[in-house]
Amino acid sequence: MPSEKMLMNGSQTVGEAAVRAGCRYYFGYPITPQNELPEYLSARMPEVGGTFIQGESEVASINMVLGAAAAGARAMTSSSSPGVSLKQEGISYMAGMELPAVIINMMRGGPGLGNIAPSAADYFQATRGGGHGDYRTPVLAPGGGQELVDLTFEAFDLADKYRNPVMILGDGLMGQVMEPVVFPDLIDLKDLPEKDWALRGCKGREARAIFSMILGQKGELYRHNLDLQKKYDRITAEEQRWETKCPEDAELIVVAYGSAARIAESAIEDLKTEGINAGLFRPITLWPFPLPALRELSKKIPKVAVFELCLGQMVEDVILSVGERAEIYFHGVPGGIIPTPAEVAEFLRSTVKGDGKVGRRIEV
Amino acid sequence: MSTDIEYKKVFGWPESLKHNPTHYCPGCGHSIAHRLVAECLDELGLREKTIGVPPVGCAVLAYNYFNFDMVEAPHGRALAVATGVKRVHPDKFVLTYQGDGDLAAIGTAETIHAANRGERISTIFINNAIYGMTGGQMAPTTLLGQNATTAPGGRDPHLHGNPIDISRMLAVSDGVVFVERCALTSVKQIRKAKKAIKKSFQCQLDDLGFSLVELLSPCPTNWKVSPKDAWAWVNEEMVKTYPLGVIKDTTGYEDKK
Repeated sequence: MPSEKMLMNGSQTVGEAAVRAGCRYYFGYPITPQNELPEYLSARMPEVGGTFIQGESEVASINMVLGAAAAGARAMTSSSSPGVSLKQEGISYMAGMELPAVIINMMRGGPGLGNIAPSAADYFQATRGGGHGDYRTPVLAPGGGQELVDLTFEAFDLADKYRNPVMILGDGLMGQVMEPVVFPDLIDLKDLPEKDWALRGCKGREARAIFSMILGQKGELYRHNLDLQKKYDRITAEEQRWETKCPEDAELIVVAYGSAARIAESAIEDLKTEGINAGLFRPITLWPFPLPALRELSKKIPKVAVFELCLGQMVEDVILSVGERAEIYFHGVPGGIIPTPAEVAEFLRSTVKGDGKVGRRIEV
Repeated sequence: MSTDIEYKKVFGWPESLKHNPTHYCPGCGHSIAHRLVAECLDELGLREKTIGVPPVGCAVLAYNYFNFDMVEAPHGRALAVATGVKRVHPDKFVLTYQGDGDLAAIGTAETIHAANRGERISTIFINNAIYGMTGGQMAPTTLLGQNATTAPGGRDPHLHGNPIDISRMLAVSDGVVFVERCALTSVKQIRKAKKAIKKSFQCQLDDLGFSLVELLSPCPTNWKVSPKDAWAWVNEEMVKTYPLGVIKDTTGYEDKK
């Protein structure tokens, strides 16, 4: 039975959703603005017989996740931008070893320590692998609230389905804001998919190893990478998610994700009174980017306004999607400032008029 | 008519070791250490419930030789990975097998904190005072005056710092119940090492806490000496910086006897 409607902040929401999705192992290191997540799970995990460990570092925490994943459990870690940089080592290894896990990044301003205000400047890191080597991780970008619950469940399912790390890319705003949410019932761990590859001791079978070092002289690593690529191709073909809110007569499409999409939605609503009719295209998977869907939409509405909480990262995927087919405009707000709907509305007015006052035209 | 003679098997190939020739150099201590670990697992009936974590370093391919489940860890992270495994399977036997660079340089934080949490894990620590796999660079445990490709002319404390005695450092933590340092360079010491390893395994089985056995191990290739001289160097020089013996024991096993 689903829970009653509850009021929780985004970080706690992800924590509770993870527990209900069958995650019993959390390893993490404190960093603002996502501390409510480990704090919540430090109390919640023992209630369901789970394990919470505050690791000595992000590096240690992600490697504890690696161990728990190899042992066959649903495991998770969370952090914010500087901490997620440290986790990239373990994420690369898990990609190479084909281990499922969920990594939460509640992004804050960078580079370096930056600040603790919301940002979306880790898009490149999240969608391009992030660590060393030729790999990808599915990246889910919730819009906040109930979607944090739904996508946390989805993240664990995708991770197990493809034996791959999956990242949830939120931001400090989403992590802090309290919203009403409803949780599905706790998954019975017995109902989770069997992991016949996991390590539980070799009783009744041959001993086996899980590793990422492939030294063979006969192209073993080459073939391993081609196999991984086949998996990434399958994910690209089957797992694209997006949301379109676009009236038939829209004169432009706003492309934004996460908190930026929430702000853009308010701006779009406000502009209706001025007779400006804009639609919203919101990628939910940032990798794989819903390229064909955006391309299709741009055939009808060839003016695209990209709004990001950084100085231009997702816009490159928009260029890859619609390129010379559409007029692309970009407005980005770097970390540390939460833009108002009025500022985004200015950008959209500018885009409609083409006066270049807010944002800029991207020449492809 | 022949007389039936009853044969008793007194020596054989441990089941916990695969029948694969190792890639280790002549005179290397790893093969001896592998064998001791395998014998102890066999004797305690642990092979089928063991999950091992090898290091990054010469023993990174240990899963080609050990005949039990293993999961690779990034360099230095063996004890973090092992923590994840053990917390999921508290009823299984979890060991890490790590070199000095892995355990006492890049993995120092993971080592100290897993030990300090008292993780029910047994760690085999191979100290050969040099980076073997990468070709003879200075290790955290390299002796003063000892040559390394990144310490030409020998380790100078003012320039390179001092050899680190991580076993002694770990011993101060209440999470650690047993630490012993042995050597793989005499028959007597090898027998002692086996006893220490078995005792460390017993600590985990009895849910006592973290334990570690440090094994001083010869690396003739990177020390650029013969295997025979490598043994002598351990027994005469290395033991001065790393004295052999029990460093910590709060198990109370002997008291019970």
